[in-house]
Amino acid sequence: MTLIDLANPTKFLSLTARALPWLAGATAILLLIGFYQAAMAPDDYQQGATAKIMFVHVPNAWLAMFVWGVMSIAALGTLVWRHPLADVAAKAATPIGAAFTFLALVTGSLWGRPMWGTYWEWDARMTSVLILFLMYLSLMALWRAVDDPSRAARAAAVLTLVGALNLPIIKFSVDWWNTLHQPAAVLRLGGTSLDKAFLIPLLVMAVGFSLLFVTLHLAAMRNEILRRRVRSLQMMQASQQAA
Amino acid sequence: MTSLAALIRRDIKIALRVGGGALIGVLFFLTVTVLMPFAIGPDLALLTRLGPAILWLGALLASLLTLDRLFTADHEDGSLDLILMGRTPLELACAAKALAHWIAAGVPLIAATPVLGLLLNLDAEATSAVALTLLVGTPALTFTGMIGAALAVTLHRGGLLLAVLVLPLSIPVLIFGVAASQAAITGPMSFGTPFSILCALSLVSLVVGPFAAAASLRHGLD
Repeated sequence: MTLIDLANPTKFLSLTARALPWLAGATAILLLIGFYQAAMAPDDYQQGATAKIMFVHVPNAWLAMFVWGVMSIAALGTLVWRHPLADVAAKAATPIGAAFTFLALVTGSLWGRPMWGTYWEWDARMTSVLILFLMYLSLMALWRAVDDPSRAARAAAVLTLVGALNLPIIKFSVDWWNTLHQPAAVLRLGGTSLDKAFLIPLLVMAVGFSLLFVTLHLAAMRNEILRRRVRSLQMMQASQQAA
Repeated sequence: MTSLAALIRRDIKIALRVGGGALIGVLFFLTVTVLMPFAIGPDLALLTRLGPAILWLGALLASLLTLDRLFTADHEDGSLDLILMGRTPLELACAAKALAHWIAAGVPLIAATPVLGLLLNLDAEATSAVALTLLVGTPALTFTGMIGAALAVTLHRGGLLLAVLVLPLSIPVLIFGVAASQAAITGPMSFGTPFSILCALSLVSLVVGPFAAAASLRHGLD
């Protein structure tokens, strides 16, 4: 079983049809356990129950970056290996990544309101995640700008790779910019290492959310393949009617 | 080498002649700068403080505006296909086109900066600092913007899509460009640090831009 065996969309569809219920079940169980553990975890001695947003926020923030990595590999698949499903994978991942980034921003902002007294702070991390979100949106705009999927795929692949090169630079610039403008104005969630009571639920949630991504991604890829088939069938029908 | 020189000369000539549109960028730069005091108010002290940021934003938007034409005109009349088929490596041809574009559209922006600095109540030292940072920063804008221009031409879309693609990528240049200008004018911080990072960004984009643009042209225009 190698990546090349998945190149056949029909094989991919039948394989994922078998795998998806298991993945969805595992995701549901892990997330349930994670949410239960997170609810049972002791309150933070300083922040109270508010700190529990972390259990949702951190996995989302981690996935926000991870999905761009997945898209970069898919972009290489499109440009270098010409893998037929690579552009489907990239296209399906983009809105999901944008959604995770958005959730990371929203949960961070909800946490910031009671903690910092403001929904938005031009903190270095928040700013770079916001820019990441903007780049997800611009990638989605690129996908939507063209009706020919293979043409859009190659353009999106170039932009994804350029983004992957640029994101560390942006992150570094924003960090630098932030220290320049407001040195140490923002309090951080403790420099101390995380206690086990928090760490275990966090890890469970992280694995659960990652599985959620895999499930959603595979389902979205199936939808995209089916959507393309419907489209080509419609085209065939239209050309038959015209003839 | 001669083919690259010919390409540069041709692009500059086209850009500066009637219908070229390189100088419209300067006019846009002037208009944006003049608009700012109407939004902010004619407070000279405030304008001095915001001056470098206004000039940088204006230059960023102006260079974005002219980038749209970098490949589209050549694509419309077919010369882009000739460049693609030619023996000159496409990466070098892209770099040459970007260089020509920078000379025709970027340098006039820098030349206009002293005049616009007067409007924003910047003294000679501040204006020269902004002009210097623009001189080393605008190549980065042109060369990263070229990636967006190449993507837009393969998709037969320009304008807003180009802006949406390119602007997030130009954030680092904006940060260090404005920071270096501010450091030269007021800052307790040294001018050297942000300025050298700005140079580094330009150099990196000099390498990455042509390759990414060539890749997108090669994959997109077949």
